[in-house]
Amino acid sequence: MPDDDLRAHKLDILIVDDEAGMRSGAERSLEGFSVPLPDFGETVTFAVRSAATGEEALAALREKPPAILLLDYKLPDMTGIDVLEASHPHDFLTIMITAFASLEVAVTATKRGAFDFLAKPFTPEELRATVAKAARSIYLQRKARRLEEEKKQVRFEFISVLAHELKSPLAAVEGYMHLMQERLKGPELDSYDSMVERSVVRIAGMRKLVMDLLDLTRLESGKKKRAIETVDLVKAAGLVLEAVAPLAAEKGVAVELKAPPELLLTADPGEMDMILSNLLTNAVKYNRQGGRAVLELARENGRVAVRCSDTGIGMTEAELAKLFGEFVRLKNEHTRNIDGSGLGLSILKKVVKLYGGAVQVRSTYGEGSSFELTLKDAAVPAPEPALKA
Amino acid sequence: MNMKDDAKTRILVVEDDPDMMDQMKIYLESENYEVVAACTQKEAEPLIKPGAFNAAVLDLMMENPDSGFVLSHRIKKMDPSIPVVIVTSVTKETGFYFDKAHDPKDWIKADAIIHKELRFEQLKAELKRLMGGGETHA
Repeated sequence: MPDDDLRAHKLDILIVDDEAGMRSGAERSLEGFSVPLPDFGETVTFAVRSAATGEEALAALREKPPAILLLDYKLPDMTGIDVLEASHPHDFLTIMITAFASLEVAVTATKRGAFDFLAKPFTPEELRATVAKAARSIYLQRKARRLEEEKKQVRFEFISVLAHELKSPLAAVEGYMHLMQERLKGPELDSYDSMVERSVVRIAGMRKLVMDLLDLTRLESGKKKRAIETVDLVKAAGLVLEAVAPLAAEKGVAVELKAPPELLLTADPGEMDMILSNLLTNAVKYNRQGGRAVLELARENGRVAVRCSDTGIGMTEAELAKLFGEFVRLKNEHTRNIDGSGLGLSILKKVVKLYGGAVQVRSTYGEGSSFELTLKDAAVPAPEPALKA
Repeated sequence: MNMKDDAKTRILVVEDDPDMMDQMKIYLESENYEVVAACTQKEAEPLIKPGAFNAAVLDLMMENPDSGFVLSHRIKKMDPSIPVVIVTSVTKETGFYFDKAHDPKDWIKADAIIHKELRFEQLKAELKRLMGGGETHA
């Protein structure tokens, strides 16, 4: 019953002690004992087995490794340390039971992977507390392992999609080269102009993808060097406007900046450029012929509000839901001829987060989209700490 | 096959990459085929009509990840004798890999799947094979 399994999970415990009284006492103490782990949505109970000698213990460990091993140091045929050594490597948590809490034993046992100690004589409460601690630790380990697995999976998927995204332009360029090689359009060089032009466009797209990818990795690894200074966003926006002007002219899109004469923010100028050019380029790219794109900047409640709206193709609810994913390029009849790396908005979202903000999007299919975000002043990095004497 | 009687064999090409479409057209036209082009699944759907084309070359992932399969299914439902080639750059490393040899239950209603960077000779050979070129399927 998987449902019950979720709610009450049993951890296997092996008790190794040569004193029969100790074994039965420990078994009794743990019988019916349960540890609630609300963080994991589970309650743990224990199934207890026992062994009286080192040999018995090793046989039991071979047969079925427990989750927790309660191991007496002094056994008739060997020491607890010998048991740990003989069963190495192992995947259980060991709690050493020692009558004489000697430092030396503790150090050696820890080196052999013991998790905790219990000094004899101990009360049932002490035993339960130690076992509960071990159970929690096991669950944390499992969770960490699971997260690590998920991380690996995400990385794998990312790389697969990336490879795919790089392959499409490569295939396009390769195809054109091939057609040219075959002289499929005859001997006149001019006949191949459009092929060369498209190849150049696709290669530029690949370059953009690689650059965006580098930006994204730097942002994610936190390794990006930030130069925090006072940035005039109006001036920065002016530069971005200039940069998108050729694209806007090509599409006949009127670009407008609504801003006060000056708007200062403590920020990294490169990151501001990323945000503003990302927004404005999208507003022009995904616009209709002869449309409008408006970039608004304002100080509101101690923050900078950035709004970028367009009269473009807009998005459906379903498209909106997918928008911020990596390599999401919404495919429809309007976006087919628009180039993009599919990383722009992932980058935008990550940069905006550095300024304590979030990106909000409103869009009406066929009418246009509006992106809104707020930015807080970045913390000025502390001056280099003086070297201690 | 009576399609040989027509002046040209018409091929429905559905491909969302404008460059791949461009190339496919140049190539197929140089092979004396006539191309009926569609850039999306949506655009292609109304084109699936009896007698509209003699063979189809479909991209797999367009506005939907399975656009090619859906279209191929429709075409085969309309006329099972129309050869359908699915072209995809979705390959082994993505974890989503399709080929006819590993589809014993015949889920994929296409006659051929061409993987990786499309080689036009390969496409030509597949089309020739599937359409028989007026001869027997040798």
